[in-house]
Amino acid sequence: MLRLVSAASKPSSAGRLSRVVCSNCSATIGRRTLASTSARSADITLTVDGKEVTVPQGSALIQACEAAGATIPRFCYHDRLAIAGNCRMCLVEVERSPKPVASCAMPAMPGSKVFTNTPLVHEAREGVMEFLLANHPLDCPICDQGGECDLQDQSMRYGSDRSRFHEVYGKRAVENKDLGPLVKTSMNRCIQCTRCVRFANEVAGVEDLGTTGRGNDLQIGMYVEKMMDSELSGNVVDLCPVGALTSKPYAFHARPWELKNTESVDVLDALGSNIRIDSRGVQVMRIQPRTNDAVNEEWISDKARYAYDGLKFQRLTTPLVKDGDRFVPATWEAALQAVADGLKRSGATGDEIQAVAGQLADTEALVALKDLVNRLGSDNTALDGGRGAAPPVAGVDVRANFLLNATIPGVERADAILLVGTNPRHEAAVLNSRIRKSWLHTGLEVGLIGARADTAYGYEYLGDGARALADFVAGKGTFAKTFQAAKRPLIIIGSAVAEQEDGPAVYNALAKFVEKNKERMLTPEWNGFAVLQRAASHAAAYEIGFVPSKHAAATRPKFVYLLNADEVDPAAISPDAFVVYQGHHGDLGAQLADVCLPAAAYTEKGMTWVNTEGRVQLGRAAVPPPGAAREDWKIIRALSEVLGVTLPYDDVLAVRDRMWELSPTLVRYDVTEPTSVGVARAGLGVLAEATKSTKVSGAPLARPIANFYQTDPISRASVTMAQCTRAFVRGEDYDDAARATEAAFG
Amino acid sequence: MLAARAARRAAFAAARTAVCPRPLSTSACRRSDALFVHRDTEYNNPKIPFEFTPENRKKAQTILSHYPPQYKKAAIIPLLHLGQEQLGWTSISVMNYVAKLVEVTPMRVYEVATFYTMFNREPVGKNFVQVCTTTPCMLRGSNEILDTVCTHLGVKPGQTTPDGKFTVVEVECQGACSNAPMMVVHDDFYEDLTPETTRRLLDAFAKGERPKSGPQSGRHTSENSAGLTALTSKPYGPGEHCQPDFQ
Repeated sequence: MLRLVSAASKPSSAGRLSRVVCSNCSATIGRRTLASTSARSADITLTVDGKEVTVPQGSALIQACEAAGATIPRFCYHDRLAIAGNCRMCLVEVERSPKPVASCAMPAMPGSKVFTNTPLVHEAREGVMEFLLANHPLDCPICDQGGECDLQDQSMRYGSDRSRFHEVYGKRAVENKDLGPLVKTSMNRCIQCTRCVRFANEVAGVEDLGTTGRGNDLQIGMYVEKMMDSELSGNVVDLCPVGALTSKPYAFHARPWELKNTESVDVLDALGSNIRIDSRGVQVMRIQPRTNDAVNEEWISDKARYAYDGLKFQRLTTPLVKDGDRFVPATWEAALQAVADGLKRSGATGDEIQAVAGQLADTEALVALKDLVNRLGSDNTALDGGRGAAPPVAGVDVRANFLLNATIPGVERADAILLVGTNPRHEAAVLNSRIRKSWLHTGLEVGLIGARADTAYGYEYLGDGARALADFVAGKGTFAKTFQAAKRPLIIIGSAVAEQEDGPAVYNALAKFVEKNKERMLTPEWNGFAVLQRAASHAAAYEIGFVPSKHAAATRPKFVYLLNADEVDPAAISPDAFVVYQGHHGDLGAQLADVCLPAAAYTEKGMTWVNTEGRVQLGRAAVPPPGAAREDWKIIRALSEVLGVTLPYDDVLAVRDRMWELSPTLVRYDVTEPTSVGVARAGLGVLAEATKSTKVSGAPLARPIANFYQTDPISRASVTMAQCTRAFVRGEDYDDAARATEAAFG
Repeated sequence: MLAARAARRAAFAAARTAVCPRPLSTSACRRSDALFVHRDTEYNNPKIPFEFTPENRKKAQTILSHYPPQYKKAAIIPLLHLGQEQLGWTSISVMNYVAKLVEVTPMRVYEVATFYTMFNREPVGKNFVQVCTTTPCMLRGSNEILDTVCTHLGVKPGQTTPDGKFTVVEVECQGACSNAPMMVVHDDFYEDLTPETTRRLLDAFAKGERPKSGPQSGRHTSENSAGLTALTSKPYGPGEHCQPDFQ
């Protein structure tokens, strides 16, 4: 039987196999490995357990075995990490080989005959398992990994029922390390697979984790007392095949078999990382990544993973109407009536009715709110934060002007990247790991204009603002020359650029630059103009045109409808305006409101999200909304009836039909639709024309995110994120009380 | 410096006994002989500056010149040795300094330094006495030698004498099995030891002398101590048994 390795089981970056990453490549030093990409060459055919299988040359034997349908137990081998070959669990028998071979470290050879199910292999696995368990504590009943532990599962499947080890000294004891408020360590359980070390060094770019000592005394750690300061550190919890690294916030809260798994989409940045929400009853217990090679591979950021406890605090659970200086709980009828009365009382007409959408607004709600406001005769649909109340610099008529056109996996194909006014490490942590991967394994050169940042890869710093960009466009400097010579040059423009004083000038210069270099930057295969959004709602908002008209932007609103809008400037809202806040957290927006309408958070509604590359994904509800909270579009639909401008949809499918009318891409899920070259050029032409009369002030491009861990109402309400802020941003002791409670568990 | 350590250790021991452990575990826990994590102490912390002396800096440049610039990290081991030679032991500052020299993150140097037992990550006495206790030496009485060293100096293996003159450690085979038992002091081999010669050597070191290295039994290298049994005749010289023409 001939089976081909499917694209999914192939490594996503060419030739990651058998390439050892040397680690002298820290961002500060800016050096990298010599390893070059291995050429993708012909496929080879070999026999595994009597089945013929064809794999690309350079594949590891373990991949060939997988392709043939044979299950190979493993601990240290991981698809996305360098090969270590130190757990020895993946031993298989190869014909004419005197000993069993470790299939992860052995390249698949043409014509070789491999056996994965022979007495020799069984005995070898049993022996390896015996060694692994010799020093592994028998504490599964109190171990958080219990039930989802590779060691537990594999010892049941491949291990012996008894041990021959009776060491008088007992088992090895290793002290626990303090990796910070996210990762809990129990180093006695460590089997030294070094997955965490490889992840930290290769993917996360935190080169402080390593192995100290040797032999039986080998241990994982940082040697000095230090915490694991990375936006991706939570992923080592998933990687750890045993219970040595577990999640600190989740510790002792639930067992995996009690949890309901819901596959959904993360909304705390604009990448739309695929997540699995594990819930018990009405509570989200934890969030884990879901593999999607086109978006987040297998990683999610710490904010996506750990901010879920913010869903329990500061929630709006019942409609609130302001009475004097305090909020009074109300029924939905009363609250909606209060909004209608408020609108009448404010006397707002036309563009004086403003709708402001925040970072966490879902697409259905945006569409419903825009329809409602338009029916009330207003064009004043704005976004919060920065210059959201003004028409966007790049315009919204052409998608290519506000999307990451190169797509997230496409970023890896770029051979020169210019980052303008962005620090992807904070704005899109998982995307940053892709840039690092490409930087490590290919000849990628990175340049940065804007505030200096620790990006986890080396870059050439060109300057802090529009002047530096002008020099770059003029071809001054070595990076500009590299960029000119690049085959797939990519410019990543941070979403914050549009919010800055020099934003229009920067856009103007870049649009002209792309037009000038269109034979390399705008081809059917490659669009080198990419905008990196940082808010989950913004791509969708631009897609449906949730932006104010020029006239509307100049109007002073008398009635403001805040949809999840917590980044608004309180001073911009006139004191006599009537303010409605619809959202799930009592954050800034709710404080400004006259009426608060409680809505569902992203884990509580199955809504559409558009990520920064324009990929439309469906989230799913894992738990019901708390109290009287409702899904956003339903609230707006109900309100429209009270206001006498009933919206024409009664169920979510009807809303999605309406979305299809606005933009057909909004119902084409999980794909990115490239913009054609002609349209993209036209879009850039419009952009250049609209911004041609701007002057350069020379002001530096500021970074939009000062604290990665607290960027939205959910993460601001999260205790874990507050601890991270203390530990990693401010460098304080993060929580002694938590340590004390943990000590009680041992 | 050493006194400070002793006091710290005593305080630590007192603290340990004060917290009464719950009598649940019955098997003794297996401890390693060295600590594989770093704890800041007043004699060993990253704030203590370390730099090579001008001569050592020259040596370091020579060492670095042996490797291509992108493989500078190959020089970690020789540079650590150089640092240990200069300071007497490998402090965290030495490791950080080496990391800076070879342009890697410090962890890569820590990994190397903790892997090799010959990097002393704690201060050692003036005379670092390494007694071999591997099988050939053990068969020839190295246990007795170790006992002699320990009782003579009044310390246990791994400890330093209170006056800071001696540190005693057990080591694995040093490759002088034909002259077992042996010990190493100051990178010199002292072989064919007996309790008497060991004591004499230690006394000499205590006085600051450097006794003659090599076999202490009087024999030359590893020759038969009972006299030669073969090859006893005078070796013939060049051309001795050749045709007269060639003589």
